[in-house]
Parts: sequence; C-alpha cells; structure tokens
Amino acid sequence: MYRYDEFDAKFVAERVEQFRGQVQRRLKGELNEDQFKLLRLMNGLYLQLHAYMLRVAVPYGTLAARQLRKLAHIARKYDRGYGHFTTRQNIQFNWPKLVDVPDILAELASVEMHCIQTSGNCIRNVTADHFAGATADEIEDPRPIAEIIRQWSSLHPEFVYLPRKFKIAVSASTHDRAALRFHDMALEIIKNETGETGYRVLVGGGMGRTPYIGYVVGDFVAKPDILAFLESVMRVYNQSGRRDNLFKSRIKILANALGPEEMRRQVMREFMEIKQKGTLELPVEELKRIDAYFAPPKFEALPDEMPKAGKDFENWVKTNVHAHRAPGYAIATISLKPIGGVPGDCSAEQMDALANLMDAFGMDEIRVSHEQNLVLPHVKKRDLPAIFAKLSELGLATPNAGLITDIIACPGLDYCDLANARSIPIAQDIAKRFADLDRQHEIGELKIKISGCINACGHHHAGHIGILGVDKKGVEYYQLQLGGSGAEDASIGDIMGPGFGEHEIGPAVERVVKAYLTLRQDGERFLDTYRRVGMEPFKNMAYLDQLYAAH
Amino acid sequence: MPLIKNGAVIADPFTMLADDQPLPAEGGAIVSLTRFRKDRETLLARNAPLGVRLNADESPEELGDDVHRLSVVVIVFPKFRDGRGFSWARMLRTRLNFTGEVRAGGDFLYDQISYLLRTGFDALDSNFTLEDLNRARSEMSAVYQPSADGKKTIRDLRSGK
Repeated sequence: MYRYDEFDAKFVAERVEQFRGQVQRRLKGELNEDQFKLLRLMNGLYLQLHAYMLRVAVPYGTLAARQLRKLAHIARKYDRGYGHFTTRQNIQFNWPKLVDVPDILAELASVEMHCIQTSGNCIRNVTADHFAGATADEIEDPRPIAEIIRQWSSLHPEFVYLPRKFKIAVSASTHDRAALRFHDMALEIIKNETGETGYRVLVGGGMGRTPYIGYVVGDFVAKPDILAFLESVMRVYNQSGRRDNLFKSRIKILANALGPEEMRRQVMREFMEIKQKGTLELPVEELKRIDAYFAPPKFEALPDEMPKAGKDFENWVKTNVHAHRAPGYAIATISLKPIGGVPGDCSAEQMDALANLMDAFGMDEIRVSHEQNLVLPHVKKRDLPAIFAKLSELGLATPNAGLITDIIACPGLDYCDLANARSIPIAQDIAKRFADLDRQHEIGELKIKISGCINACGHHHAGHIGILGVDKKGVEYYQLQLGGSGAEDASIGDIMGPGFGEHEIGPAVERVVKAYLTLRQDGERFLDTYRRVGMEPFKNMAYLDQLYAAH
Repeated sequence: MPLIKNGAVIADPFTMLADDQPLPAEGGAIVSLTRFRKDRETLLARNAPLGVRLNADESPEELGDDVHRLSVVVIVFPKFRDGRGFSWARMLRTRLNFTGEVRAGGDFLYDQISYLLRTGFDALDSNFTLEDLNRARSEMSAVYQPSADGKKTIRDLRSGK
C-alpha cells in the first residue's frame, strides 16, 4: 500500500490547517455562505437536509486496518456510530458538527487520509478496480497510476475551479469493474501490439440527466506521457466546458458537442506543447518508486482447495468469493447489503471487527467497491470458513454479491438535499421481496440500481434494472429503466414508460423479473435476455398485470 | 482599486478605460478586447504603455501576435467560481511566452491567491494587504504540479533537484 512520505504528510497537515482557518473565518462571518460553500465543498463538506455531511476520500478504494479503525473512531466520536460507503469508493459521515470538522481532518491526517476534493468542481477522488492487485485478469495493478493521478490532481492550481466536477477511474482488466465508460475520464491499462504497457484514455462518459458513454480520445498513451495527456484534456475542458448552465457543464456535454475528432485535435494540440516542454513527463524511476509501494504481498505456496464448511458457507462462496491470482488464495466480497438494511452502511463496531479480521486473515488490506460493498483482496482459501463465521456474527455475511438484492442506492430523500424521492426504503422493499436465496440464485446476476433524483448518484442508467425516483406534484413516483450496464459492455438503460407509485414499484420489479424467467434461454442473464427481446415483452407484462390487478 | 505587484501595494499607473471613454492625453491605458480590435491602429501608435482587458470567455490567443506589444493583460474573473482565468494566465506565460504584467481583476477570493500566483498572475487588482498575500502563499508550502511560476514540485524535491 502507498505510504505518505514527509512531503505528502506535510501537504495534508497544511491542508487541514488551511481548512481550519476557512471554518474560523466562516464562524466569524468573514466568509459568507456562498463563498464558504465553495471552499467547504472542495474539502468534502456538504450541508444536507438535516446536518453537515463529510465525505472522506478513500483513494482507489484501498484501506489499511489502522485506517478503518480510525474511521470507526470518527464514527463513534463525531457521528452517530456508523459510516456510509459510496459508489465512488469513499465513506460519508452524515452527522458531523461544523466546529468538529477540522479536528476530524486532523485525525484522518494521522492515518494518511484526507477529504481533499471529494466534492466541488474539481478533479474528484480517483477510483479503481476494487480487485486491483489481486485478480488474475489484469495487466498490472492500476493503483500506482491512480496514486500518481491523486498527487497530480491535488490542489492543481489550474483545475480547482472547473466548470463542474470531474471524475477519473482506472482499470487494467478486460472485465470492467470500475464503470470506466461512465466516467468523465477513464484510463484503461492496455498492451499495444509490441507488448508495451500504456493507457487507452476515454472521455465524456457520465450519468445525470443526460447520460453518455465515453469515447476513446487516446488510443495508446505511453506511460511517461500520461500526466501530460490528462493535463491536456483538463485544459480543453477548463477553457471550453460550458459554464452558463449547471446541467450542461460536465465534460460529456462538451465531448458530445465537439465529437471525437475535434476533441482529439484540441487535446493533441495541448499535448504536443506539454510534451515538448517535458515538465510533466513521468520518469521511469518515479513510476518504479510508486509501483514498489503496491508490490503484491508475499503469497505462500498453498494447495488450491476450497474447504467444506456446510451449505451456508457454500452459498456464500458461490457469490462472494472470487478467483485470486495466487493459488490457494481468494478474493472475498463483504456484502453491505443485508436484506432490509441500508446499502453501504457500516457501523463502528463492524469496522473495528473487520480491522481485526484484516489483521488475522486479510494481509492488512480492505477495499471499498463502487457497488458499495467491501472486499478482502488477499485471503487464504483455508481461512475462508473462519472468516465466514466471523462475518456471520457481524451480520456481514449476506451471500448476495452480484445478485438481485445486491442493490446500489443513493441516500435519497432520507438524507439528500437534492433528492426528489426516497431510495433506501425502495431498496429495502425490493430486497425483502427477493430475500429467498434459492430464488436469487435462480434469477442469477441482476444489478438493480436506484437513484432518488435525476443526478443519478445511484447509477440507475447503468442498472440492468434501473429505478429513478421522481416527484410528481408532491408524490414520489418511480420510473423503470431496463438494459443498462456499467461493465465492459456498457449501455444506458431504456425508460419503460410512466412511473409507478411507491407501493407499486416493488411488484412491478417482481413482474419484470417474472417476465425474464419466462423469456430467458439457456445461460442468459437478465441483461442478455433484455438485449435479445427488447422492451416490449417486459413492458406488456409490467403494465398489463398492473391493469388486471387494478380491476 | 489598489494594485498588488512585486510584493508591494502600488497605485495603478494605468487608466482603466470604458469603451466609450476618451483616451487620456498621456500615460498607460487598459482597454477591452472589443475596443482594442476597433481602435487597434490608434492604440498601438500611441506613445504610451497599453493593456488589454479580457473577459473570462476571451482567450489570450485572440490577441494574436499583438500580445507582445502589450504591457499588461488583465484577466477578469466574473465570479470567483469561474476558473477559466487560471488557464488563460498559464497560457499567456507558457504558450505565448508573454513577459509583461498579467493582472487578475474582478471577483476572486483570498483562498485563490496562491493559485493566481502559481498560474502566472503577477499583479492583483484587489483590496488584499501584503500580509494577506504572504499568508495566502505560505499556507501550502509545497506543490505537486509544475505550473507557470516554475516552482519546484514535490517530485523535484523528492529526487533532490
């Protein structure tokens, strides 16, 4: 794992004091709320419906045990005893007091963490494949370049006041677990025909009210050139991104207006200039220095056998345990989606216990996934029964990773200032309807994603089944979208038609799933069936049954 | 408004001209890009320093080669959240190699002073004191990115450069 050197440590410590000064100026009235808002957002502090919310960066989703313990401590001391993991691999605290925030930041700095740029119109916390460094299907660990991007983007003098927020994701696998194609910019680590490793760069993906799938702007960017290339994209965006309309200011709108050819031309012009000057070239030594921090742990030579420990364990292994690069090892997903729970929530007690589990079995590492779960990336297969037993005690052994009850949901109207409708109760209702595990296995991979408003924080556009909460004359309605995907086969879901009431959406989802079970052919996932047959049969079933039910 | 330049608060030696205001008989003047385009010959023929004021949506590249005949380019921030000016200043310094004064005007915050100085501004049209300026630039002692100020980056420091 990356460790701060003296420079990183000083940088974060100074940033804490800088923010402390900003809070004091606000409390003294020297900054008005309009001015302070911009400054606090740049440090992850939102003013929500009921209270402030602090979003802590978990760069590329990687945490050490001491960091997780610190988050537990913060949850207990400054919040209400829990935290909420987000779709951008961060953690949010929902109830901190403004006056405490500088102290929380100082506590975070003591374990090499911060809240820098977890909000605001700047380059946000960079995300990565949550199986990075552990999965067999990657070219190399994507986290070193993510760390290099973290440093380059931290308080970048030119790009802290962009037209709008800017999200970057990195992956090195043909299996996209980081939703690359829905990011403002994404790096896909690839090999060219001569076997050299470099980056394919995509821009212009995004969700929100106008979803787009990103397109390729750099076919193969050589490693030493990557920061120059990223800076070039940022220049084009900062100079030309729209600032007249909040809803048209993301780079996806500019990317769509320019088109790939013109975007490439503009980026290349900047790139040639920066490259020629050489100021942003990444020397091989620097790449090696950062790489060394992420060197894989020493794996023992172990027999590659899965232990037997009963039916419940087997069920958990089936969905929550994934192939590891080293024989005898596995990757374990810890579901934060207990049936009827709040997706992504984790209590201080659970965090502490997980930290102990990491010490005992997990090689001191845990990951936050963009699907709001946690991941133990390096565990021995022979330890899995003990891990499963401990997770069961903690209420963290829900065997549903990738199944229909592994639902992504934004905080919705229960917390969020922007939401039109509640998301969490809908997720809870759907999870309860499909709680039966045999039925979940029968349905197979099915990703439900729920957003409480058009900003799409719950990624509904990328859900196999997406649900969007809307407000119609003070009443919450839910629109269904089918056929989205955030993976390597990225697509934007199609809107089915008129929305369903809050008590109708659960039954409607059940009917859609029933339609799938009727229509599917051998081996088809929900998404495959939808892509083969289209919307009509699903729509007929969803609405016709509703008509019969009403009469 | 007073001007902070080269570590001192000075009286602005230039007259900031509205588009309908007559040119002063002598002394430096700063005009909008619109007026510069309209009265270019007259303005450049005048035997006095000249500056052009750019709005946030006006790239310094629109000045073409004329930029090198100017003493000052003023970049106006319409609202502190509009960050285009940072790119324009950087572009003046690193692409156009402009060596005259790059002045920040309009709406910007104390908290943006260090970014302004890093991206190539060397004059601030504002009511900030020198103490403000010095405090603002010392809050973050080291930086990760190269920019127009040529400041050593953390990577330089790491490799002992």
